[in-house]
Amino acid sequence: MTERSGVEVRLENLVRRYGTVTALDGLSLTIAPGELVALLGPSGCGKTTALRLLAGLEEADGGRVVIAGKDVTGLPTSRRNVGMVFQAYSLFPHMVAWENVAFGLQMRKVGAAERKKRALEALELVGLGRVANRYANQMSGGQQQRVALARALAIRPQVLLLDEPLSALDAKVRARLRDEIRRIQLEVGITTLFVTHDQEEALAIADRVGVMQSGRLEQLGPPTLVYTRPATPFVAEFVGLTNRLAGTVKGGAVEVRGVRLPLVQPDIADGPATALVRPEAVSLASRADAEEGPLVGAVLTVAFLGAVSRVTVDLGDTTVLAQMPTSAASQYPAGTKVRLELRSDPVLIQREEPVATAS
Amino acid sequence: MAVAARSTQRTRWIRLQVFRYVTFAAAAVFFLVPIGAMVEFSTRANNGSRTLEYWRSIFDYPEMIAAIVASLQLAAITSVVMLVLLVPTMVWVRLKLPGLSRIVEFICLLPLTIPAIVLVVGLFPVYIWMGSNFSDSILTLSLAYVVLVLPYCYRALDAGLGAIDVKTLSEAARSLGASWFAVMWRIIVPNISNAILNATLLSVALVLGEFTIANNLLYANLQVELVHLGRANAGVSIAVAVASLLFAFVLLVILAFIGNRPRRVRPELATALAGPLAASQT
Repeated sequence: MTERSGVEVRLENLVRRYGTVTALDGLSLTIAPGELVALLGPSGCGKTTALRLLAGLEEADGGRVVIAGKDVTGLPTSRRNVGMVFQAYSLFPHMVAWENVAFGLQMRKVGAAERKKRALEALELVGLGRVANRYANQMSGGQQQRVALARALAIRPQVLLLDEPLSALDAKVRARLRDEIRRIQLEVGITTLFVTHDQEEALAIADRVGVMQSGRLEQLGPPTLVYTRPATPFVAEFVGLTNRLAGTVKGGAVEVRGVRLPLVQPDIADGPATALVRPEAVSLASRADAEEGPLVGAVLTVAFLGAVSRVTVDLGDTTVLAQMPTSAASQYPAGTKVRLELRSDPVLIQREEPVATAS
Repeated sequence: MAVAARSTQRTRWIRLQVFRYVTFAAAAVFFLVPIGAMVEFSTRANNGSRTLEYWRSIFDYPEMIAAIVASLQLAAITSVVMLVLLVPTMVWVRLKLPGLSRIVEFICLLPLTIPAIVLVVGLFPVYIWMGSNFSDSILTLSLAYVVLVLPYCYRALDAGLGAIDVKTLSEAARSLGASWFAVMWRIIVPNISNAILNATLLSVALVLGEFTIANNLLYANLQVELVHLGRANAGVSIAVAVASLLFAFVLLVILAFIGNRPRRVRPELATALAGPLAASQT
């Protein structure tokens, strides 16, 4: 498979309505050539709709889709030159793997010998040359999705669209295939839009992650930025785990249980608020059998997650999650009295009413 | 314990086998005894000896040959028209107009609730008009027959379409550059070939056995000619009936055989492609 550089993709103010429901509410997104952008969000947030509009599988009620500088909004799917991998297994059951991969080439009137050669090349690219002669029902789910990826790439599309392609697979296969997709995407250099509801998947694979809610893009940025500097409380809560701790905003910082923490948005008006604190910003300082205080509590549970563990601490009026290396967490079995420490990372504030800014 | 369990299982298996064979034998007797009686009757001369005279005489009745040809043509036309009408409609409704599926189903199943004789009453003026303005060929009966076979064929095709993910397969094909015709012809049809075959079998069987509509609309198809001939010469009539049964049986077996061809297997290609990049079993 020859290397090629990607093209720019622009979604401009896309609107899509289903009856009274607005699935996409003026979505704008630019994907740089060769970039992999993951759209992340809960069910019904509009991420799949955005992908389907880009693919041409649905028509927009407003806005434009521009691929490589060309407005393709009115073009049918078959003329957009996009490759797509679907959430559901989509291999044609009556064709063997290489015939599936060659189908798009056949539709492009590529000669029989050439299309077979290219189909086999694409299968080799995804490491499935040896299953070229198998039918879909003779392959595992992971193999089927890899063949589907080869099929999408064989036509040398301008854009690769991945619609939750890993969601039907088990965890181990999913992680391996995720890395495989990223390797191939980088190797081929194709502009890619990846839709998923799995934050770990999105953060691991993408150059940039777009978090969506109610048909709008809440935040678009590199995975580390989305995780460490969430733009909105929704992003903070949706991406990663978050402790919601009551506090008071005063003088550009929030005081939470006697600890002053800096704010992501320092211009927030004073008053009571809820601070959103990541579990990894919470640590267990020491055994505190004899101590009292707002950050002293008892360990409720310790969840072993491999290299790290998640400890739930009961502070009396609330519970707090702390994440730490398993070796450290093992010192605090359930029932141990501990004192928490909050790292002074900037935190987001959430209020019942929209967050007011200081004038 | 294990020995007792195996013994119970074996007893159950034997009972099941006995039940199967008895049921099969009963069904075979039910179907074969009348056919055997017909064969016996059509090969018995007036003096009680065996003869094939009635069978040879079939070809002495040109009306019968014409009726057989017409019935076969009707079966072919009806099947083709039914498939051309139903398959794209049902696929389109599934893809684009799922809200209409109940209405389409209702319309397709409606002929099932209308007795054939009532259908004839409704069709009679249409055929009178067609006879004087368009054509009075017996082949026009295929229009009525398409309506007649609609419910059965709808059910067969619906089961086939329900067994595949029509939406995802067609979207995948579209994204690969396929036109709607290519989606239909190269993706959907091969994947519902068994359902199409079943629908065709039903259609052929119904048309070859249809009497009421043809007779009342004054057309002479196979069944109508059989009845007429039966009044003139019972032996030949029964011979034709058995022959038509055998013919239909052979036709259906051939169609079923075509539809159930084993899939191609090309192990040599798989072997040739096994290389250093061979897949892990993900």
